[in-house]
Amino acid sequence: MRTSKLVEQIPPSGIRVFFDLVLGMKDVISLGVGEPDFVTPWNVRERAIFALEEGYTSYTSNMGLIELRRDIAKYLKHRHRLEYDPETEILITVGVSEAFDLALRAVVERGDEVLVPEPCYVSYGPITMLCGGKPVYIKTDPGAGFKISPGVIEKSCTPKTKAIILNYPNNPTGASYSKQELKAIANVVARRGLIMISDEIYCDLTYDFEHTPFPALPKMRERTVYLNGFSKSFAMTGWRIGYSCGPAKVIAAMTKIHQYTMLCAPIMSQMAAQEALKNGERSVQEMKREYKRRREYIISRLSEIGLACHKPEGAFYAFPSIKKSGLSSMDFARELLKREKVAVVPGTAFGASGEGYIRISYASSLDKIKEALARMERFMKLRSKAGRK
Amino acid sequence: MNEILEILEKDARTTPEEIARMLGMTPRTVKGEIRKLEKDGVILKYKTVINKEMAKDESADVRALIEVKLTPQKNMGFDHLAERIYRFPEVTSCYLMSGTYDLLVVVEGKNIHTVSNFVAEKLSPMENVRGTVTHFILKKYKEDGDILKTPERSKRPAISL
Repeated sequence: MRTSKLVEQIPPSGIRVFFDLVLGMKDVISLGVGEPDFVTPWNVRERAIFALEEGYTSYTSNMGLIELRRDIAKYLKHRHRLEYDPETEILITVGVSEAFDLALRAVVERGDEVLVPEPCYVSYGPITMLCGGKPVYIKTDPGAGFKISPGVIEKSCTPKTKAIILNYPNNPTGASYSKQELKAIANVVARRGLIMISDEIYCDLTYDFEHTPFPALPKMRERTVYLNGFSKSFAMTGWRIGYSCGPAKVIAAMTKIHQYTMLCAPIMSQMAAQEALKNGERSVQEMKREYKRRREYIISRLSEIGLACHKPEGAFYAFPSIKKSGLSSMDFARELLKREKVAVVPGTAFGASGEGYIRISYASSLDKIKEALARMERFMKLRSKAGRK
Repeated sequence: MNEILEILEKDARTTPEEIARMLGMTPRTVKGEIRKLEKDGVILKYKTVINKEMAKDESADVRALIEVKLTPQKNMGFDHLAERIYRFPEVTSCYLMSGTYDLLVVVEGKNIHTVSNFVAEKLSPMENVRGTVTHFILKKYKEDGDILKTPERSKRPAISL
């Protein structure tokens, strides 16, 4: 059976083999997980169980339960002073993953260029390609904490550049931006007439300053597709529930695709999400406090180990350089796994500019983090001895 | 609550150095704060939480919740009466309550006999004790925030993007 050339052109995930290796091993301490180690708060689970008992098992409207969209509108207004009309400007999706896919399919045409700051989440490039677009990967400076510079954005623009993707706080680097920094980026976006696809799934996990959503910046609401969800802040990764907000025209376009593909997000997930928004704030704050402590712990330990790392402003990842080991990212990850049974994700999983780095996730208990770092320290000591030989 | 207290309450074995790292403080400052909390009695002591059902502690196999009705006398408020009761080592907890009775007393003993004897011989005959109602605890599910079950293995896959 012949498969589509377009699909064949998409580079296979270089990380699959390594993943299978990790999953096949027993007793691995993993710092390689991209989801919270917290279970969804009980009151949210309970709401879904109750919904099932009551018989809520049908489709919902394509755009999602209007009650949930209203709750989201209220939440965004209260939290971020963002105003979106629940009837026409909010779409409930099957995770932010689907929202991202819809956003790109709604705006990217064949031949369009899309700016993708690297290192980045794995789907950005491939989805752009699937739309017939061309991902233009732009480097971020490790010296600047992997934050994208407005100058680099400007230089990377061509007449074909349609959109730019910004994920902040970032997976895998944890980088996020202050309002000032975002304003500078917004200026370029406005000047170049770009569409901004803003993936802010980790926004509630910002530790050092208040997160500014991109549509809140001057003149950005009309050109931003805002993506957010419940997976990371409310530990609802498995529920597959997210949302997108934007001008009515783009949301209508996204809904058009959505109604032919996913149809709607699961009703029990939507109802659970309502409960999360209503009564989940305390849980979010508790998790955030815990993540922050782990971040402080990890960053101070990493510098002792010889894995210098900028302090990530958000999410639950650290992205240290492993150059002192003399190994490539993949070799480092493989060797560390083999010798010390600690799993990390090689930086190359997130783009070519991830070479020389690893992603460490601190979505694990402090006990596991302590033990994993102790083992990494041992590993680094051995490596530096080997290097001297 | 003070962040240091939060951390120590979760795991009393967290060292001052580790606390210092987590909170961006110096170990010296952390040690100083802990000393003060101990001195002021905010930190009473450091304990290990044991699942007694699993530890098969025979000396404390039976636990009972006892409702105690008191008649407070002149010159003797509830505090004094409560102290006379909680001084008994068999009494592991003692609370002053609103509602239909005055004190809630938790008693531990080797068996039902031992606990009943304690109530009959030591507690009920006390001056100012009007009456007692004894409830035996059949099973403990959760105590002081700790679910008394062996923690399950994490269900997440060990690696994901």
